[in-house]
Amino acid sequence: MASDSGNAATLTAQPPSRSWLYRNRIKLAPWMFLAPGLIFFFIYVIAPIFQSIWISFYDWDGLGPKQWVGMANYVELMDDDRFFTSLINNIWWLVLYMLAVPAGLGIALFLNQTVTGIRLYKSLFFFPFVISQVVVGLIFTWFYNPDFGIVGIVWNFFGATPPAILADEDLVTFGIIFAGLWPQIAYCMILYLTGLNNVSPDQVEAGRLDNASGWKMLWFIILPQLKPATFIAIVVTVIGALRSFDLIAVMTGGGPYGSSNVLAYYMFETALSEYGFRYGYGSAIATVLFLIMLVYISFFLWRMYQDEKG
Amino acid sequence: MFPKPIEKSSAAVRTGYQLILPVALFLWLLPLLAIFLTSIRPAADINAGNIFGMPSDFLLVENYLAVFQQSKAGEYLWNSVRITIPTVIIAVALSCLTGYALSVYRFRWAVPLFFVFVAGNFVPFQILMVPVRDLSVSTGLYDTVTGLVLFHSAFQLGFCTLFMRNFIKALPFELIESARIDGVGEFKIFWYLVLPLVKPAIAALSVLIFTFIWNDFFWATVLIQGDHALPITAGVRALNGQFVSQWQLVSAASLLAAVPPVLMFFAMQKHFIAGLTLGATKG
Repeated sequence: MASDSGNAATLTAQPPSRSWLYRNRIKLAPWMFLAPGLIFFFIYVIAPIFQSIWISFYDWDGLGPKQWVGMANYVELMDDDRFFTSLINNIWWLVLYMLAVPAGLGIALFLNQTVTGIRLYKSLFFFPFVISQVVVGLIFTWFYNPDFGIVGIVWNFFGATPPAILADEDLVTFGIIFAGLWPQIAYCMILYLTGLNNVSPDQVEAGRLDNASGWKMLWFIILPQLKPATFIAIVVTVIGALRSFDLIAVMTGGGPYGSSNVLAYYMFETALSEYGFRYGYGSAIATVLFLIMLVYISFFLWRMYQDEKG
Repeated sequence: MFPKPIEKSSAAVRTGYQLILPVALFLWLLPLLAIFLTSIRPAADINAGNIFGMPSDFLLVENYLAVFQQSKAGEYLWNSVRITIPTVIIAVALSCLTGYALSVYRFRWAVPLFFVFVAGNFVPFQILMVPVRDLSVSTGLYDTVTGLVLFHSAFQLGFCTLFMRNFIKALPFELIESARIDGVGEFKIFWYLVLPLVKPAIAALSVLIFTFIWNDFFWATVLIQGDHALPITAGVRALNGQFVSQWQLVSAASLLAAVPPVLMFFAMQKHFIAGLTLGATKG
């Protein structure tokens, strides 16, 4: 940073300092503009990443002295069933959350018409995304209630005993993911609707002349043009899946018996809850989550870099 | 189904489409509709098992009033406002500066620093949790609105910078160049030339950040303890415990929490969507 901004000594050494400033203003200006944001971002975002990784090598309750334990926290993770349950659930989240992308595309194609009131329809379809996940979580918790929720009503209608989705170890994660899909589909839908706006009518026409229709039209003519939208939809869905916290916190708190846990929630639980304040262990979990996310971040940055060059 | 315009289809298809639309919307928003109906229902309905049917009595005003009278929902809502508005202002203002610096000047660090902001924006919250909480405790900012605002502003800078930088980059550079040749100072160029041009971006960014921050739950949980600073999202969860089985009040409170972002979305829809999809259409 310092190499670019020069040093203050030259400023005072030359009496007509304005000329030095003037000559270097193009060099100095970006740093002036950047300084407040960069410092702020560094303190609250960049430095904490490294601090967290550092803390993961310690045993620390957040108050007393830190004790260096090296890789012990990571070794302990290897034997932690709850950690593996969380990790597997994270994979389920990643895989099933991806359904939001084709579902969003489907709804976008369905709504991509010009009829009266379609704009209102589009915005109402987008609604779930605008609502807090806490609210979404509460709504679905209530829906899943076997006594009076809609699940209960549907099952009873068919004369079956309704399952207690959120209390069932095998179903709970899928129940939560399903709730999460609702806003995520809305998000993907809006990305695709915007993308569809930019689809070239010429190509569609050309495709039609070549007898492309239905799936062929979608696959060969429309989807290639929707590539940027698809890319962003996948990126935000992956990030959304790995960030899943609110729904789990509201709907189950990771239960029953940790069966709906994910890394993001398990980390919180070990570091900051009634189970104790294990900052070091929590940071180790966070580091694992960060490394998984890093794969996607790198991929995204690499793509952006290609664009910047080209 | 495809960009095949519906006008070119037969009348039957068109009518069918018009009929399916409301049905699809109804199914899609069923969860919300149900929770709204519950929020205006008398408690007796719920006890009697009338959960999804028509309410026997419409208690719109009474139930919503009860939420304010029987809980601290009013205070929580006010806290959300106190957290969200300053965050939007700080994050957007700072990102105008950073975005300008990273798009207009050609210097070696422009792309790497830009990527740092972009990467920071995608980081999982949990990796920041322990150090940020620790920092807040040691600076006395833990459990304060200020502490939460400062963190949110800093974190949102990642996304905001990405956004502003791409927007400013798309402006005609010749404008800035010619102003420079005329001897206009760098800050004046930013203030009088660029800022007026990025107003639409500022609007788009503001409503997006408003929604993000209003809906935040994680950081409120980590950095706030007391009712004096708890935002409505975390408050609704607390109310869920307080109003045990008073589902009409829980649903009313939940919907109250959703009102501001929804209003914001409807008022600024165009900007909101433009903001969300910037980068989706290009890049």
